[in-house]
Amino acid sequence: MHRYILHRLLLMIPTLLGVAVIVFVLMRVIPGDIVEMRFAEGRFFNQELVEKERARLGLDRPLWRQFVDWLWGVARLDFGLSMWSGGPIRHEIAIRLQLSLQLALMATVVAILLAIPLGTVAALWQDTWIDYVVRVFSIAGLATPSFWLGILMFLCFLIIFQWIPPMVFTPFWQDPWQNLAQMTWPALAVGYRYSAVAARMTRAAMLEVLREDYIRTARAKGLGQGRIVRHHALKNAMLPVLTVIGLEFAFLLGGLVVTEQVFNLNGLGLLFVQSVARRDYTLVQALVLLTASVYIVVNFGVDLLYAWLDPRIRYQ
Amino acid sequence: MNVAVDAHLEVTAQPVWYRWPVSLGSFARRWPLGAAGMVIIVLMLASAVLAPWIAPYDPLETDFAAQFSPPTTAHWLGTDGFGRDLLSRLMYGSRTALLIGFVAAFSGATLGAILGVASAYCGGHIDLMVQRLVDMFLAFPIIILALAVVSILGTGISNVILAITLPMIPNCTRVVRSSALAVRVMPYVESAHAAGCGSARVVFRHMLPNVMAPYLIMLTAYVGQAILLEASLSFLGLGVAEPTPAWGLMLRGAAVEFAESAPWMAIFPGLAISLGVFAFNLFGDALRDAIDPKLRTL
Repeated sequence: MHRYILHRLLLMIPTLLGVAVIVFVLMRVIPGDIVEMRFAEGRFFNQELVEKERARLGLDRPLWRQFVDWLWGVARLDFGLSMWSGGPIRHEIAIRLQLSLQLALMATVVAILLAIPLGTVAALWQDTWIDYVVRVFSIAGLATPSFWLGILMFLCFLIIFQWIPPMVFTPFWQDPWQNLAQMTWPALAVGYRYSAVAARMTRAAMLEVLREDYIRTARAKGLGQGRIVRHHALKNAMLPVLTVIGLEFAFLLGGLVVTEQVFNLNGLGLLFVQSVARRDYTLVQALVLLTASVYIVVNFGVDLLYAWLDPRIRYQ
Repeated sequence: MNVAVDAHLEVTAQPVWYRWPVSLGSFARRWPLGAAGMVIIVLMLASAVLAPWIAPYDPLETDFAAQFSPPTTAHWLGTDGFGRDLLSRLMYGSRTALLIGFVAAFSGATLGAILGVASAYCGGHIDLMVQRLVDMFLAFPIIILALAVVSILGTGISNVILAITLPMIPNCTRVVRSSALAVRVMPYVESAHAAGCGSARVVFRHMLPNVMAPYLIMLTAYVGQAILLEASLSFLGLGVAEPTPAWGLMLRGAAVEFAESAPWMAIFPGLAISLGVFAFNLFGDALRDAIDPKLRTL
């Protein structure tokens, strides 16, 4: 087991290195750099100034040099300064991460609360009207863009309650009500889609587990339906559901670009779009490495959790 | 007796995808939800193909006398800020959605499948390298990949298709590879080798047809996902450019700004996206159950 963990940890290095190379190259292939973007609208635009600014940001050095310097910084967990704002990247990301993390956590809670009961009920009453309703509800969740759901929510609030949720982010510990009044709605919109993915997985896994011999044994020794579902079936069906929940969570941290736009949230997704548009190389690179690391670590964590929850699984 | 045994062998030796239900009627009875999805898909296809004949207006024709008109008998679904008829724009928009959906899903799933089968077939270092590459792209945020492609190449339908196709490839590679690993050790692959077939022939003629089940399932699921991704990109202003009618684009700008006074502008395009993706998902689910019930968790 220890060898397996070490092996997986070591495998993370080439993957992350690959991600670093891809984002580094990709950003430099996009036409225009930050200096052009910044001076594009200004009137005091001359070549000398552009060169000076490029030299200040280190963009005049050979590419390999820029890459090695950046990587050396990353290895020491120093992501450097944002090219656009000049502030430390760690700080730039930290203020947005607070919002994105809260949204991702709230959406996960919504998803779990919806998905596990719905998926279980659908599996228990397979091919009845209950199953069909749950399936249509969850497939609709996959099909509805959460940004459109957001627009509809705003419409309902405006037309029915003449109220709009607050637009400025207040940290939870400063004013929990104000914070929840803003964050509940995006969490519901995103959580619905997320719950659809998890509910489908719960249903599929439950269907498989309910056909196992040990469930028949449990029934044969006279256990009630509730006890069988809670103690025997659900526990065994949760493994694939955990994977889905984990991977979706990793995606939510950086992938909610459009939803954040609709709900006017200043999270990581918006920062992503802004920094690509501004060609803020250092910030984009740090953001991509962050989300890729979260994805890889969550993936790894889920695998370890598997072995811990299911003693039959032993990694070599 | 011999004949019966031979006939039986004949049937089981066929790849999985030959075994799906032949008649539409039996499909509809066993998978009513899938049949409902199919009906919606056929309607979408019909409105896309027949748009020039059945659309009440030209989708680009502006009519400033009818700006922000609510749904009326003249404009069934209302008009937008330029007085363009929403129903006609939705009909023409289904062309954009289906074109991007089908082309992106087909190229993404096909390239992924070829890569997956080749990776499983070659094994060893090549397999390991392909898998590491897949890991990298899976960990890479999809939206950044799409953003970068569009920023490098510019907006427009073909670039949007490329931006949507790229992230699909690694996903499909992984799924198809795991099926192909099982196929690789099958006796018929071995006998193909023994008969002197080259690698390309074994991959394309013997292995690929036998991973059709996961391939077809991924393909249908991807059409829906591609339509959704296109809508998101267009909504961000990174997809199809005005004045091309596209559902995501119709939700952008005025549709949000004037949502309170002209809610039809925000409601109908979103409904079209949801219904389209919904139909492909319903159909894909039924197809998956029909072709290979073991792949339920895909």
